[in-house]
Amino acid sequence: MEIALFSMDEINRQLAEADRWETAEIGALMDIAQEPIPDDLDWLNEEPRNKIIGWGQGKSTWGVNFGLACCAFEMMSSAFSRFDQSRFGMEIMRPSPRQADFMIIAGTVTWKMAPKVRRIYEAMAEPKWVVAMGACACSGGTFTSSYAVVPGVNRILPVDVYVPGCPPRPEALINGFIQMREKIRLAKQK
Amino acid sequence: MTVDLRVQDIAQQIGERFPGAIEEASADSMVVKGEFIPSVGQFLKDTPRLDFDYLNCLVGTDYSDYIEVVYILESYKHNHRLVLKARAYDRDNPTLPSVVGLWRGADFQEREVYDLLGVTFAGHPNLKRIFLWEGFEGYPLRRDYL
Repeated sequence: MEIALFSMDEINRQLAEADRWETAEIGALMDIAQEPIPDDLDWLNEEPRNKIIGWGQGKSTWGVNFGLACCAFEMMSSAFSRFDQSRFGMEIMRPSPRQADFMIIAGTVTWKMAPKVRRIYEAMAEPKWVVAMGACACSGGTFTSSYAVVPGVNRILPVDVYVPGCPPRPEALINGFIQMREKIRLAKQK
Repeated sequence: MTVDLRVQDIAQQIGERFPGAIEEASADSMVVKGEFIPSVGQFLKDTPRLDFDYLNCLVGTDYSDYIEVVYILESYKHNHRLVLKARAYDRDNPTLPSVVGLWRGADFQEREVYDLLGVTFAGHPNLKRIFLWEGFEGYPLRRDYL
């Protein structure tokens, strides 16, 4: 097997290409993120359906394990023994989006991070849910008019549950989980 | 405990060694003319009893009339500290010499100052944006941004 040896020029050329690609990706995402994605208010399933599916999906949700800012500490805290989110069937946070059912946007989403968040969301298998945790993820918070921050993660992803607070206490996050579980149980099949 | 050196003594030494290099020397910091930064840095790094072998931090500030870059130097050997400053007066194209050749830790911090204040560090090996993305317009920490 041959090992490819790159010169410094080649590495710099590839880095410059990666920079251009990132700029194009952020620009494309900014163009489609001019308006928030409207929340799906018509989610309640009026018709009787297979209750087993909703019950099973709601009680074994696994999240994607990633945090963006200080809210991530409250998220970790809610996973540890004092608040213990595994009481609700969220035994583990998965490091891979392929194995996860929902993602917690824990913190400020910057425009530079937005394409990566979007890609993690797209890599998750259906059905999938999104919890926006904290003021920054809900609306941009203090940084709404900043040059670098996405004003609310619902500009780039459809959000199911909003948990306000700066940061929210673990109890608030767990309340958000319970609301999400109710939504999974009662919603139309995704 | 890190000791802050008396700036007047060092400013006097630098003034003797490089005439005209000191722009201003107050009780706790001194302002060096931009073009003298590499030679003064070399002097501070290599002189025995000074031995500033560590660049603690490098930050930039916009004072409207000029953009100031602050170098906080420390010595592990003697455990003392010195605050060095340099000013770029041309707002349209502020330029200062890079100190990456002296302290490698300046690499990312000079990129940060370039990113947010638009100071061009001449001689920097890889001067491009670090926090924001390539193609971002303007320099956000300047007073006249927005």
